[in-house]
Amino acid sequence: MPQGRTLIVMPALNEEASVSAVIDEVGVALPGWTRLVVDDGSTDHTASVARASGAEVISLPFNLGVGGAMRLGFKYALEHGYDNVVQIDADGQHDPNQVPSMIAELSNADVVIGARFAGTGEYSARGPRKWAMVLLARVISRSARTRLTDTTSGFKASGPKAVRLFAEHYPAEYLGDTIEALVIATRAGCVVRQIPTAMRARSGGTPSHNPFKAAAYLGRATMALTFAYIGPVRTTRAS
Amino acid sequence: MTSFSSQLFAILSAVLILVIVIEFLRRRLLRERHAIWWVLAGVLALIGGIFPGIVAWAASLLGIETPINLVFFVSVSILFLVCLQSSSELTRMENRIRVLAEQNALVSLRIQKLEALRDSDRDTCENE
Repeated sequence: MPQGRTLIVMPALNEEASVSAVIDEVGVALPGWTRLVVDDGSTDHTASVARASGAEVISLPFNLGVGGAMRLGFKYALEHGYDNVVQIDADGQHDPNQVPSMIAELSNADVVIGARFAGTGEYSARGPRKWAMVLLARVISRSARTRLTDTTSGFKASGPKAVRLFAEHYPAEYLGDTIEALVIATRAGCVVRQIPTAMRARSGGTPSHNPFKAAAYLGRATMALTFAYIGPVRTTRAS
Repeated sequence: MTSFSSQLFAILSAVLILVIVIEFLRRRLLRERHAIWWVLAGVLALIGGIFPGIVAWAASLLGIETPINLVFFVSVSILFLVCLQSSSELTRMENRIRVLAEQNALVSLRIQKLEALRDSDRDTCENE
């Protein structure tokens, strides 16, 4: 069982078709846990559907991106006395049955990544997108002093130290919620670990295999990584 | 004669820049921290317009053969700095708006909950 209280945060942008099923699935896998849907400025009925499905819903007035939605989730967790936060995407890509083992791993770490390329599951990537993932994994593994294979996974559990840090400094830029967040965490002295998780296909759309888009991704990822390292070290404000 | 009219044109342009900037400042349409570059540009243009010799002297000092190139260089530099400052201000504004949006969302949820609580309290009071 988890140490302390855990909040499940589901960032959702126009997911009225899938959000209800994901909320139900999380409710079955983790009975009694609070599910917070952060409605990231959706223009459809995501918020009302999620509320009707029994989730706590907080709505942003306009779209801030996954990073912005997650920072609000971390703030909510701090304000309401939750110790841990687990991010689960509202598109059904993450399996909530994996959450208890991620929470258990939080006793050895501040951030636990549910990694896709670590043995289980059928998720794969090719070409420049794969090179980008390998490069990111190598660089971030070095600064985290542990072997990480999947640094762009959204499936993450954060312990109390990381929640306090992320409530203030979770980045909203492109790729900030994955790469930069991990760099900010390791540079602030957080311990990052990964555990293998099976990842299911996204219910809406497939990852792009367009080589130009993948090359642009590689470039932007490298830039995000560089700026994450040359930026100032973020720490939590002394209270 | 041509040089006199072109000099007059330069001076009038510089005065116009300064008048516009000062008017914006006076009406509080421009904050002093943003106006400083425009004031600097206007003053430099005015000095250059009144004393073209200074521009020629500064150009020769820097090894620039055609003095007008110094004028272009300084103009572009000032525009570049102003643009950079605006972009950086925009980023700051975006961050502040983001924080406000987050706080607004948290407060809205609290109000919604308090209202639901108040309504349920009222119902139980009425039933008793």
